[in-house]
Amino acid sequence: MENTNTSAANESGRKLNMDAILTAVCFVLLLIIVVIPIFMIIYNAFFSDGKFSTELFTTQMTDPKNLSAMWNTVQIAILTTIIGTIMGVFYAWLLGRSDIPAKGLMRALFNIPYMFPPFLGAMAWDLLLNGRSGYLNKWLRTTFHLTKMPFNINTVWGIVFVEVSYYFPFVFMQVVSALERMDPTLEESARIAGAKQGTVIWKITLPLMKPSISAGALLILTTSLAHFGVPSILGYAQGIYTLPTRIYAVIYNSTGSFEGIRQGAALSVMLVVVVALALILQNKILSTGSYDIIKGKSMRPTLIKLRGAKIPLLILAIFTLVLIVLVPLVMIFLISFIKAYGLPLKFENFTFAQYQKVFNMNGTVDSIKNSLILSISAGIISMFLGTLVAYVVQKIKPKGKEVLEIISVLPYSIPGTVLSIGVILAWSGAIFGITLYNTLWIILIAYIARYLSFSMKTSSAALLQVHSSLEEAARVCGASHTESLSDITLPLIRPAMVSGFFLIFLPAMREVTTSILLYGPKTMTLGVKIYSLRDAGMIPQAAALASVAIVIIIILNTIVTEITKERKGV
Amino acid sequence: MADQVILRNVTKRFATKTLGDIVAVDNFNLAVHEGECFSFLGPSGCGKSTTLRMIAGFEDLTEGEIELCGRLVSSSAKNLYIPPEERGLGMVFQAFAVWPHMNVFENVAFPLRIQKLGNTEIKERVNKALKHTSLTDLAETYPGDLSGGQQQRIALARAIVTNPKVMLLDEPLSNLDPKLRETMRFEIKELQREFGFTIIFVTHDQSEAMAISDRMMVCDMGKIMQIDTPENLYNKPVNRFVHNFLGESTFINVDVREGKVYPKGDGSQAIKLEIPKDAAPQMVVATRPNEIELLAATEEGFKTRIEKRIFLTDRTEYLVPVGEQLLKIQTPHRVRFAQGDACVVRFVDPMWYPMDDEEAEKERAKRQLF
Repeated sequence: MENTNTSAANESGRKLNMDAILTAVCFVLLLIIVVIPIFMIIYNAFFSDGKFSTELFTTQMTDPKNLSAMWNTVQIAILTTIIGTIMGVFYAWLLGRSDIPAKGLMRALFNIPYMFPPFLGAMAWDLLLNGRSGYLNKWLRTTFHLTKMPFNINTVWGIVFVEVSYYFPFVFMQVVSALERMDPTLEESARIAGAKQGTVIWKITLPLMKPSISAGALLILTTSLAHFGVPSILGYAQGIYTLPTRIYAVIYNSTGSFEGIRQGAALSVMLVVVVALALILQNKILSTGSYDIIKGKSMRPTLIKLRGAKIPLLILAIFTLVLIVLVPLVMIFLISFIKAYGLPLKFENFTFAQYQKVFNMNGTVDSIKNSLILSISAGIISMFLGTLVAYVVQKIKPKGKEVLEIISVLPYSIPGTVLSIGVILAWSGAIFGITLYNTLWIILIAYIARYLSFSMKTSSAALLQVHSSLEEAARVCGASHTESLSDITLPLIRPAMVSGFFLIFLPAMREVTTSILLYGPKTMTLGVKIYSLRDAGMIPQAAALASVAIVIIIILNTIVTEITKERKGV
Repeated sequence: MADQVILRNVTKRFATKTLGDIVAVDNFNLAVHEGECFSFLGPSGCGKSTTLRMIAGFEDLTEGEIELCGRLVSSSAKNLYIPPEERGLGMVFQAFAVWPHMNVFENVAFPLRIQKLGNTEIKERVNKALKHTSLTDLAETYPGDLSGGQQQRIALARAIVTNPKVMLLDEPLSNLDPKLRETMRFEIKELQREFGFTIIFVTHDQSEAMAISDRMMVCDMGKIMQIDTPENLYNKPVNRFVHNFLGESTFINVDVREGKVYPKGDGSQAIKLEIPKDAAPQMVVATRPNEIELLAATEEGFKTRIEKRIFLTDRTEYLVPVGEQLLKIQTPHRVRFAQGDACVVRFVDPMWYPMDDEEAEKERAKRQLF
């Protein structure tokens, strides 16, 4: 009796030690990676030479250029949210509740916006509907004998259009899954009560979908507020700035001087405030109404017969989806083969020369290499760090675990542009005098901070599934705390860790928002290279590299899908 | 009494990807009388829910026709199909299906609002429905804050508020705990007395169906097995399936030869039984475990011994060999035998059925998959 007691005490003493070390490591790493950069932004926006001053902030706040950028940001985000939500709900209803054919094809098209960065779409639409030289514009003008170009994508509405086409799936996904899980008798009981199909949709289905709709809508809102790619490609020529593109312009124009970065920091505070307001709104709305609508026997919901409207709706749905999803990608491929930008899209004008040119160019191959190195290492490091945080929060549960959790998801709520500025300020000598500017390391740190929450969330969910009795059973069998962790817990959550890796690897591969502020002459990423080629007016070459990127992304996605499919099969 | 719900030759076929066509409902003919409480009883996949959904109008039929209160609502021959909202029915679902975004009052008022009635009339009728379902104090509450029993009462109030002639109840008690089930069953009957509607009640629970119904239909594998009163169904089931489904049963396979009945595969001792005229050489004798007489070895009857004795709180169960088979007998506790004791059994008015065919069992397994 006494013996067991002592050994148990020893064991728990040791366990406490290891837990304490893990917790401490966690706090220190998050402090360095997340807290210091954020602190540096606030410090630099409000302190000058160690003294508190709101002067910089007030000047920036009252600058009409910044105010108009702020207005554009809000305007674009709200319009994108409204239109994207309506579109998302419409498609969700069509695919989730009606008997429309070709559901598989439409679902496949919905995945495309998830795969590709929106700035590629913006590039393509600029080629098609540019107010002066867009291909589609020119064709429409000659065909219909118009005096002016019919469309101009380089406007606020143009930006909204492209953002909608990439973000409406947020609402679609939320609503369609809620519709599919909804108890069909909720609708049937309204029919029995005497309501017609249309009344049921309006009075029962839509109100019940409200929580899912607002969740998706708010995701569009926060994403659009922080979005950099589309407004920077479409707005730049017309002087339309949003806060993220304005921050980039300020830093770019100051050629990396400290004053420019400080101005950027002040603007970042503005942007963070706007995003924070949206997030507060999100929390408020999401915490109020979430109904339990998934009970009862699992029955296939009865699909609503569209009857006469079926074919017209099918044509409309597929036409819009192909237009906004597929056409831009095809356009990029076509332009990548053109001899010179502006030539008509005819077969005799096609050539492979642009690919040759772009790959002979300095830095092209390096940029692909850089992106691969960065996304793989960011994926692996974040996978382990995220799992560590998840383990500490879920299993060790130290004091202040809530703080830990908030810190680890914080960078995801912060716009990528803002995060970059924090990272620049932190790693230009502020931490132990280390300067990482112009190296791959600084981009890597930014990626880790940005994507950490992805792996943290997946590992956290998996750890919740591992009941503590499983580890306890191992302990009873004689395993030490460390052994039960490495032999039982880790193997059980390995699949979640792997999917956490891919969740980071894929978006990091096409990243542009943070890298564009952090890259140096030798550390361009694939996205930045495409962006700067286009910026330099080498449009066919940019399209050629973009086509290569599209192919790489498709290949990687296919591999990942295959891997995860096999995993599920086991 | 007039017939309020009439099904004539109603058939429903589903096309499935893996098993081809499935006949979910095969040529149903039945008539439910006005003011009656009529149950559809059967195991899952027997076609009872599909039949109810065809009456409600959520499913169209493949063949046949349905008449509600003297009005044709579905007919394959006339290509007629009236949608559910125009059938004037009340319906209560297993998962309650009360709307979480409306409070109790608005849930109940919904059918009246659809009819565009005036506010005073709505208020009056909703309050009456709430009173009859003891929900008056909860009118302003939202369903999310209420218990399962209360939610089911909302569903009932919503169904009676329009004064429908026919009320469809789709396993309304299955999601409630056993004690509450009994209370609700009583309340449903009370409401029926008050409002005088006809009930069609779907359930897979035979004791629930028996307690509530005037008549019931037992179906299996898409076919009607028997329609009768609970008492007749229990005492005179038409086949082995109905016998087994309606209550505890014990079956003995027997050989009939030269006017005598022997347990299957054992010709040493005959069982004293009156043989029906049309008996085949091999038959099944079915009875209820509590209707077999178990007597001391000195009495007249089939001589055997106690194989096993099990104490079951409200009765004692004995397993007794009859030839190579074991007969299940249940007695009051006062009938006392020890394991191994010699004894005598006597059958009282058992039912006789032909031997089961294996095809039927295969078909049942296939349906379970579906």
